[in-house]
Amino acid sequence: MEKWYLMTIVVLIGLTVRWTVSLNSYSGAGKPPMFGDYEAQRHWQEITFNLPVKQWYFNSSDNNLQYWGLDYPPLTAYHSLLCAYVAKFINPDWIALHTSRGYESQAHKLFMRTTVLIADLLIYIPAVVLYCCCLKDISTKKKIANALCILLYPGLILIDYGHFQYNSVSLGFALWGVLGVSCDWDLLGSLAFCLAINYKQMELYHSLPFFCFLLGKCFKKGLKGKGFVLLVKLACTVVASFVLCWLPFFTEREQTLQVLRRLFPVDRGLFEDKVANIWCSFNVFLKIRDILPRHIQLIMSFCFTFLSLLPACIKLTLQPSSKGFRLTLVSCALSFFLFSFQVHEKSILLVSLPVCLVLSEIPFMSTWFLLVSTFSLLPLLLKDELLMPSVVTTMAFFIACVTSFSIFEKTSEEELQLKSFSISVRKYLPCFTFLSRMIQYLFLISVITMVLLTLMTVTLDPPQKLPDLFSVLVCFVSCLNFLFFLVYFNIIIMWDSKSGRNQKKIS
Amino acid sequence: MAAFTIAAGTGNWFSALALGVTLLKCLLIPTYHSTDFEVHRNWLAITHSLPISQWYYEATSEWTLDYPPFFAWFEYILSHVAKYFDQEMLNVRNLNYSSSRTLLFQRFSVIFMDVLFVYAVHECCKCIDGKKVGKELTEKPKFILSVLLMWNFGLLIVDHIHFQYNGFLFGLMLLSIARLFQKRHMEGAFFFAVLLHFKHIYLYVAPAYGVYLLRSYCFTANKPDGSVRWNSFSFVRVISLGLVVFLVSALSLGPFLALNQLPQVFSRLFPFKRGLCHAYWAPNFWALYNALDKVLSVIGLKLKFLDPNNIPKASMTSGLVQQFQHTVLPSVTPLTTLICTLIAILVRTQQMILLPQPPEYQGIQPSIFCLWFKPQGPRGFLRCLTLCALSSFMFGWHVHEKAILLAILPMSLLSVQKAGDASIFLILTTTGHYSLFPLLFTAPELPIKILLMLLFTIYSISSLKTLFRKEKPLFNWMETFYLLGLGPLEVCCEFVFPFTSWKVKYPFLPLLLTSVYCAVGITYAWFKLYVSVLIDPPVGKTKKQ
Repeated sequence: MEKWYLMTIVVLIGLTVRWTVSLNSYSGAGKPPMFGDYEAQRHWQEITFNLPVKQWYFNSSDNNLQYWGLDYPPLTAYHSLLCAYVAKFINPDWIALHTSRGYESQAHKLFMRTTVLIADLLIYIPAVVLYCCCLKDISTKKKIANALCILLYPGLILIDYGHFQYNSVSLGFALWGVLGVSCDWDLLGSLAFCLAINYKQMELYHSLPFFCFLLGKCFKKGLKGKGFVLLVKLACTVVASFVLCWLPFFTEREQTLQVLRRLFPVDRGLFEDKVANIWCSFNVFLKIRDILPRHIQLIMSFCFTFLSLLPACIKLTLQPSSKGFRLTLVSCALSFFLFSFQVHEKSILLVSLPVCLVLSEIPFMSTWFLLVSTFSLLPLLLKDELLMPSVVTTMAFFIACVTSFSIFEKTSEEELQLKSFSISVRKYLPCFTFLSRMIQYLFLISVITMVLLTLMTVTLDPPQKLPDLFSVLVCFVSCLNFLFFLVYFNIIIMWDSKSGRNQKKIS
Repeated sequence: MAAFTIAAGTGNWFSALALGVTLLKCLLIPTYHSTDFEVHRNWLAITHSLPISQWYYEATSEWTLDYPPFFAWFEYILSHVAKYFDQEMLNVRNLNYSSSRTLLFQRFSVIFMDVLFVYAVHECCKCIDGKKVGKELTEKPKFILSVLLMWNFGLLIVDHIHFQYNGFLFGLMLLSIARLFQKRHMEGAFFFAVLLHFKHIYLYVAPAYGVYLLRSYCFTANKPDGSVRWNSFSFVRVISLGLVVFLVSALSLGPFLALNQLPQVFSRLFPFKRGLCHAYWAPNFWALYNALDKVLSVIGLKLKFLDPNNIPKASMTSGLVQQFQHTVLPSVTPLTTLICTLIAILVRTQQMILLPQPPEYQGIQPSIFCLWFKPQGPRGFLRCLTLCALSSFMFGWHVHEKAILLAILPMSLLSVQKAGDASIFLILTTTGHYSLFPLLFTAPELPIKILLMLLFTIYSISSLKTLFRKEKPLFNWMETFYLLGLGPLEVCCEFVFPFTSWKVKYPFLPLLLTSVYCAVGITYAWFKLYVSVLIDPPVGKTKKQ
């Protein structure tokens, strides 16, 4: 690659932005008694370092699960343990049992931020760079521009380096998985994806497309010959990697069950705080949480999720293709985010990652989606005093997308991948020619609403009767946008050009 | 939609670059800021709350107003915006006041003033001849130049982390250079005069302006062989130039002349009480001189040539005090540095401007007889300006390491046009920028400075290499080795040294090493530029005829 230096520059820009954002405040800074996610991560270091493995997930006098108890899969715990060893080396006070609770200092902040940066640098960034290099049919310059846009995606930067989490690890593993599976290194891909699931259970949002795509591949090779061999190999890989990750917890039945109970807290309700999904938005009109019993809520959310992701998954199994896989990842993750049980606002990052992957194919819609996804995090970011970095990084991301993809010139039906859809609609409605125009106007309306709402949230005080007015509005608006995107992505999956050709062949 | 497209600047790489760097500057707002932040806050307070007659007498804070009047007026105007942010910062007695609103206001004022710098870069890009236009946008000299200027590492960390207002001042300087390139000499002179009254450090390059304007503007014609035609001297032009400079100066200094405060103003502007070198030695000739003195004294002590009792105490703590006593070599006085600087500047000025070597005379003509040859046009002027800045940096009294920007920024303009200049520029820039590292010594800023430095260095080296890929390589093995040596140096100074036992015994060793190592590179670049100017055939000549 003759332009390697531009790729280096892009990575350096990404790193610089990440580090400058990390100079800002983190969640729960100076807010006892509970603090925030930053304290949660520090607390996990304390727990994993000082307690034997068997006690990590159990409530005890040394491990109060009410206070940021460990509720992520084992890999997160191992990562915390690793960080704790480094912390011990630098300053043992940071992870002392009990006494280190709510520990905050500049040096500690620096340490925590560095751990995020290192994890990102080792896992997520190489995956992005490699993914962009592996893209087919586009020029080197476009690959680099694509890498720049993905690395500048504000949502991930703000949550990881502002709010404080290690999403880049799980998302990075998932990306390695996508990379492996699309490049036909199926075993490595599934291994990476298993690691992702074992780092953060929310990665299950991506699991169905992975499953369907690999299953489809096996079908394609013929279930009686090579396909079966592949299937067995894949199953072995998955089982082996899970067993390895969970080894210390398989000693007793109660251990495994307790970890699972911690990972899937069914009793925490349909949703918490303000999330831009259906249930939270619907809650404005009808208090579902109070009306329906919990198990009905669970079944209802399961049914909705299942129904909404079924068509795309079936299509992927029958016609496995790399592009279809990425689009299905988007629509499945979005279905999960909108309909499933106990969703966090940060889970939108799981949708954003696959959207980043289709950025070079559908730049206009992807950019739009990524802007909305960042906007949906606004209440959280405001709570963490990250207004300034969020506005700046969002603008930077927008400018990067506009200049590298000239997105506003790519709004024709062809480039929105809606050609075959509108052709088939026109069979019944000949006057259906305004689709592209309509989408442009929708974009404009959506952007203006987002800007106005942001301004209002920042400048105005909400009325006393409705203290959450603005955050509810933000969630509601984002939810409407997401619903639209769900429809859009399902349409382009179902009317993918390949199927169009097939239909023609059949007819 | 169309308006939106234009506003977002689709495909317009220049606005994308400018907006991008502006956003980066916004991200740098929460970083560490030096005492210069308090200096400027204090000046806001002084100009806002005191009458003009008090401006240059006020001394509540130790950071007294020591910039020329235009800068004071600039602070005065700023203060009228500042009062809407936080009234408290405008109180003279409120020392070291830095509320979050004060911080935002001050940082944003720097970012906002950089609009002028961006405009100047835009104007400069127009002056670059697009002869070597490559197919790719990223290989166009204009693109490279705008990145080199707008994303300049030094400017970013000095202005937006360390905190100063260099951006718009350099904007004025680049604007005046661009105007000279565009043959709008009067405007160029005007902008430079204004600049001088904003910050007097630009006096360093004033000789270049003076001689160039005199030679190329006041003499309207040349003899066929390029030497000056004496009878073509235009009095109208001299007088109009003089008038411009005089009016600007009158506007700036007039009020203080009327108040009879001029001596006080000048005593504030030129404090000669400071030492030869700043606490951290700027990487110039004197750093090498000091280091040599140090080495000699150590050797002398070892070999018993020197009596330990006679050695001044201060010299052993290298850099702790501003007054540096030389042990072996003769001590340097302000007068010495002034003479050195003047010799370095004047000889060169005349040589640069008035003494080009047309190919036919090259190497034969002794330089002193070659006075009043045909000037080399704006490019010759630019080289002279760079040399002036660099020579002053090399030999000046109490030079700050930040002054290296004065040479780096104009040199960027030269670098995209000629391979030879590009290689000098890269050595100068990389070492010069590295020598700014001690400005930021706090841990959170360490990754930022390393990342930004890598960003700029990799970009400048790679893009200039691509631009001149058809010519001979930009560096020889020695230069490559030297530049690569900066990496281990950084690792030693900031990653290894703090964990060794020397940290307590010789706390200043990293600074000394950095300073001396960079001084070698900068001296080398200075020498190479000087030689290249003497040997190279004039560029302007072939182009003009």
